Amino acid sequence: MSQLVIKSLSKAYKSFKVFDGLNLEASAGEIVVIFGGSGTGKTILLRLIAGVEEPSSGTIEIGGHDVADIAPEHRGVGMAFQNFALFPHMSASENIATPLRAAGAADDKVMAGVAKVAKLLKIDHVLNHSPRELSNGQKQRTALARALAASPQILLLDDPLRNVDAKLRFEMRLELPRLLRQSGATVLYVTQDYKEAMALADRIAVLANGKFVQTATPEDIYTKPATLGVARLFGDPSINTGETVIASDSSGAHVVLGGARVSVASSYASHAGRAVTFGVRPEAVELGGAEGLEAEVVAVTPLNERVVLLLQTASGWEFLASLPATAKVPDAGAKIRAGFAEHGTHIFDRQTGERLHG
Amino acid sequence: MDHTSTFEKVLRGVLITLVLIFFLFPIAWIFLMSLQTNETILRIPPSIVFTPIIDNYTALITGQLRTAAGSLQLNFMQNMFNSVLLSVCSVALSLVLGVPAAYAFARFKFRLGEDIAFTLLSFRFAPALLVLLPLSLYFKTLGLTNTYIGLIWVYQLICLPLILWIVRGYFEDISPDIEHAYRIAGNSWWKTFTKISIPLAKPGIAAAGLLAFIFAWNNFIFALILASADKQPVTVGALAFVTASGIQYGQIAAAIIISITPTLALALYAQRYLVEGLSMGAVKG
Repeated sequence: MSQLVIKSLSKAYKSFKVFDGLNLEASAGEIVVIFGGSGTGKTILLRLIAGVEEPSSGTIEIGGHDVADIAPEHRGVGMAFQNFALFPHMSASENIATPLRAAGAADDKVMAGVAKVAKLLKIDHVLNHSPRELSNGQKQRTALARALAASPQILLLDDPLRNVDAKLRFEMRLELPRLLRQSGATVLYVTQDYKEAMALADRIAVLANGKFVQTATPEDIYTKPATLGVARLFGDPSINTGETVIASDSSGAHVVLGGARVSVASSYASHAGRAVTFGVRPEAVELGGAEGLEAEVVAVTPLNERVVLLLQTASGWEFLASLPATAKVPDAGAKIRAGFAEHGTHIFDRQTGERLHG
Repeated sequence: MDHTSTFEKVLRGVLITLVLIFFLFPIAWIFLMSLQTNETILRIPPSIVFTPIIDNYTALITGQLRTAAGSLQLNFMQNMFNSVLLSVCSVALSLVLGVPAAYAFARFKFRLGEDIAFTLLSFRFAPALLVLLPLSLYFKTLGLTNTYIGLIWVYQLICLPLILWIVRGYFEDISPDIEHAYRIAGNSWWKTFTKISIPLAKPGIAAAGLLAFIFAWNNFIFALILASADKQPVTVGALAFVTASGIQYGQIAAAIIISITPTLALALYAQRYLVEGLSMGAVKG
């Protein structure tokens, strides 16, 4: 049974519509990442589920019950806020103890619960400190511990790694999946970092323009993006695009890109004549073959374990290629040919932005 | 670089001294006056060399004012008691009414909310005389003239707007997320209000309460018109020193010293609340 069901949920402030008709189901223990840019209403969605704001229309069901008339304190959710929202006048341990105390647990049970979750999050040495004495990383862990303490059925995490430094974010990205699994809660995790989303999610729900444009596993989001927008959001550097038209002749379907003919899967022939945006992932650009697009290497930049090349065709179309650092990398100024591997090539309708199925 | 900072230090010292002299000199002068007789106060040329006496204070406390024209009954201590009673009760009532109202104005947008808040504030800038005539008529009809309850009620005009507007600002500075977090953790809105909102706004509530107390304490006109001698505070009571045989400067000075002592002590005590940080670094971003 689905632990959390959201049906045609809408939220508007006066005439400003944040989102409209959201549908989402999450089963017990599942980690669903709500992914989207800033201002798309991710946080508001969590607030609606937590009950601190009311939806304009639509229903939210937790554990099979409509929670419209249930106050936030009785919904059985835990929430960690982006700004931590620790209680400044209480020690870290009292912060974490809050949900346990509210549930009416005896003092020794409360302390045992705090100790357990604090140990899990490695903050047992700062439990007596007040929030202002904690580093950002410790604040974030305290906030997370507070959300986890009472073992809620539903855990709402609002971009908890946003305000911590890069090193800690990386560590937490590795640690969190295990931690969240252990809690057994259904997790809604909001982020705008696609790597975080990919690392944590069972499923990712991409929120854009007031809708979930795609809800799928991280693999599917990456390899089968529903729209050009989704394809652009996932990947670093992001997908190369070029506007073109699908054509079909005796030698098969193709598009014209940067003044040259690029073959595409023959199944796209049925879309012949359609105005499209051709997209290719930088890591699907293959250099050094005898065939393909003629291009000049404009710049070479290392990025993590990869090298990113900026290429330009004679007609002026610029695109990026991402190669493993171990590969043979051409120098700037070199003229080479670039081919596009099929697995990283997507064709989107130019009007609707939706991916065409070849 | 170095000589500039030395110059700055000296300049700062001089300026601070000037400000301190400006504000503290009257208090020091009044204190010196309170230890002198009318004759030494009024001698020409004035001198700060005199033999201190405490007669002025004993006269106030015993209620016996001896003047050249004879002995006069004084109820200064009764006035003092009235001041304390009126100010404390007014501020207490204002806090009980004003703090929840301030919270409502800070957190909820409701119809006419801003208008109501502004109307309450406007009580502060309407001259007291404007409301006194109708009030005194109403008070006669209602039988509130010369009662503590009537005065405390009128004092709400002074205290309530102050508390409402100062505390509202402090509530607005508390991140709603902190309150949300407490509720989601399983607490009712009332518990959230008493355990989170009020403790976090405490410096503001203390500051507002202190200010309201001082304003209430210093009020003169309401009690002058709406009450008679036995219910009047020190501010009005001081008029008794303007006697038929002249103005009793020494007693006035002693009365002032006694009457400013509570507010001064309160201000010194509450100072630490006024400077205490508000959100104390718990919220980022």
